[in-house]
Amino acid sequence: MTPASSPRSAGYWRLRRWIDNLAFAAVLVVLLAPVLFVFFWVVSLSLKFDIDNTAYPPIFVPPTPTLDNFRRLFADTPFALYFWNSLLVSGGATLAALLLGVPAGYGIAKSKAHGLAVLMLISRMTPGLSYLIPLFTLFQILGLLGTLWPIAITHLVITLPIVVYVMIGYFETLPPELEEAARIDGCSVWQAFRYVALPLARPGIVVGAILSFIYSWNNFVFGAVFAGRTTRTMPVAVYNMLTFEQFAWGPLAAAAIVVMLPVLFLTVLIQREIVGGLTAGGVKGA
Amino acid sequence: MKTLPQPAVGSSRRPVYFWFVVPGLLATLAVIVFPWAFTVWMSLHEWKLGGTAVWVGLRNYAELAVNQRFLESIWHTFYFTILAVILPLVLGTFAAVVFHRTFPLRGLLRTIFIMPMMATPVAIALVWTMMFHPQLGVLNYLLSLVGIGPSEWVFARHTVIPSLALVEVWLWTPFVMIIVLGGLAAVPSEPYESAQLDGATRWQMFWKITFPLVLPFIVVAGIIRTIDALKAFEVIYVISSGGPGTASETLNLYLYAQAFAYYNVGTASAVVVVFFAIVVALSLVLLWARERAKWY
Repeated sequence: MTPASSPRSAGYWRLRRWIDNLAFAAVLVVLLAPVLFVFFWVVSLSLKFDIDNTAYPPIFVPPTPTLDNFRRLFADTPFALYFWNSLLVSGGATLAALLLGVPAGYGIAKSKAHGLAVLMLISRMTPGLSYLIPLFTLFQILGLLGTLWPIAITHLVITLPIVVYVMIGYFETLPPELEEAARIDGCSVWQAFRYVALPLARPGIVVGAILSFIYSWNNFVFGAVFAGRTTRTMPVAVYNMLTFEQFAWGPLAAAAIVVMLPVLFLTVLIQREIVGGLTAGGVKGA
Repeated sequence: MKTLPQPAVGSSRRPVYFWFVVPGLLATLAVIVFPWAFTVWMSLHEWKLGGTAVWVGLRNYAELAVNQRFLESIWHTFYFTILAVILPLVLGTFAAVVFHRTFPLRGLLRTIFIMPMMATPVAIALVWTMMFHPQLGVLNYLLSLVGIGPSEWVFARHTVIPSLALVEVWLWTPFVMIIVLGGLAAVPSEPYESAQLDGATRWQMFWKITFPLVLPFIVVAGIIRTIDALKAFEVIYVISSGGPGTASETLNLYLYAQAFAYYNVGTASAVVVVFFAIVVALSLVLLWARERAKWY
C-alpha cells in the first residue's frame, strides 16, 4: 500500500476500498466453490431420476425434484437397520470412551503423567488396519464374530484417544483452586472430581463425546472387516451399494446424504469449538 | 470419607490420581498395545488365517525387500503423500489468512468450509467416484466449459494418484486451515501497525511477519497431515481399489490385500511393522524440522 502520508482524494480511497472488498469476495468464492459444489452436486443427484442423472451434458437443477431415491433406499435395502447398527456402535463406543476416558484425562491432567497420552499419540500413527488382524483373532477365540460387539469394541481405538485428548486439554484449563478448596473442606479426591471438576467440565465432555461419535460414525475399515450382512454400519452399507449398483446414482447419492446428515448436523453444533482449536488434539482418530 | 483434610499437594498425589487412569489404561492395553505386540509376533511367522503359525524369523521382511509390488506401493504412497500434504498446507494457510479477517457471515462461511473434514469419507469418495466418470461425470463437463479436454481421472495409470490426492486435498484443507487459524489468533497486532506506517505492502507483511510467526503451526499441521496421508485408506479403496491394475496401490492397500484378500497374516504383519517404521521416521524428521522452525 502507499504510505499513509501521501495526499490522495477521498474518492480514490473509496474506490480503492471498494475494489479491495470485491477482490476479497472473489477470493472467498474461489475458496468455498469446491466445497459448495460437491455438496450441491450430491443433493442434486439425490433429487433427480436416474435418466436425468446420467444425462450429458449434466442437468444441474432437478427439473422435477423427487424424493423417490430416498423412498427406494429405505424400501429396497435394510438401510434403517444399518442406521440403527451405526447408532448402537458409535453410541456404545462413545459412551464407553467417556466412562474410561474422562477419569483418565483427569488423572493425566492432574498428575502430569503423560505416559498414556504418549501411547495414544503413537496409536494415532499406526494404520487402523493393523489393529484388525490381532483383534479379529481375539474375537474369533471369544466367539463374538457376527455380532455388533467386535465393531463397537474396535471403535474404542478411535473414540478413546479423542476423549482422553479433549479432556486433558479441558481439565488443564480448569483452575485448580476450586478442587483444592473442596479438598480442604474434607472431600476425598474422588468427591472433588465427581462434584467439582466433572460438572465444570461438562462443555468439554459434550465436545469430546460429539467428536468421538462423529469419527466413529465415519469409520469404514473396522466395520468393513467385522460386519456381516445384518451387522453392517452405514459407511459399509454405502460402499456395498457402490459395488453392486454402479449406475444407480440417485439412490447412491441419497445414501451418501443419509450417512452424512447426522455428522454434519453435529458439526454445526460444535463448530465454534472445532475452529477454536479446543479439539485440535482430538480431531480424527485411527 | 471424613478423614482429616489433606494438603492438595504432596507425595501421595501421584498414586491417588493413578487410579483415575487405570481403567483407561487397561482398555488401551487391550485394544491398542496388545495388537501391536501381536503384530510383531505374527510378522515373524508364516501364517495363513485359520492355519497354524510357523516360526520363520525375519524371512517375511527379507521377502518384502525384494517384492516388486510392495516396493512400488511404497513409491505410490510417497507420491500420494507429497501431493496430499503440500497442497492442503498451501491452500489451508491461505484460507486461514482469509478467515482471520472479519467480514459479514464469517461464522457461517467458516462452518461451511470445515464441512469436508467432518463429512463421512466413504460418502464423499462415492460422490467423487460419480464426478470422476469419464463419459457421464460432471468434472469433465466443467473442464469442457473452460476449454480443457476430458481427463480419464482415476481410470488411467498416470492420472489416478493425482486424482485421488485431489479428493484428499478437498477433504483435509480445512484441517490445516483450523490449525493455522489458531496460530494467527495468537499473533500480536503491533508489528503490522508499525509495518504499515513504514509503507510495507500486504505481501511483504505476510512473508516478513505472519509467515514466520505461524510457521510452527504450519509444521504441526504438516506432521499430522503427513501421518494421515500415509495412512489414507477409505478414499483410495472406495474410488480406485488400488487400480487400474496396481497403479494406485499404496502401502495401506497392499496391506489390506495381503491380510484380507490373500490371508497372508505373517506378510501383512511385516508390512504393518515396516509401515509403522516409515511413519515414525518421517514424524521424527518433521518434529526436528519443527524445532528448527522455532528459531526463525
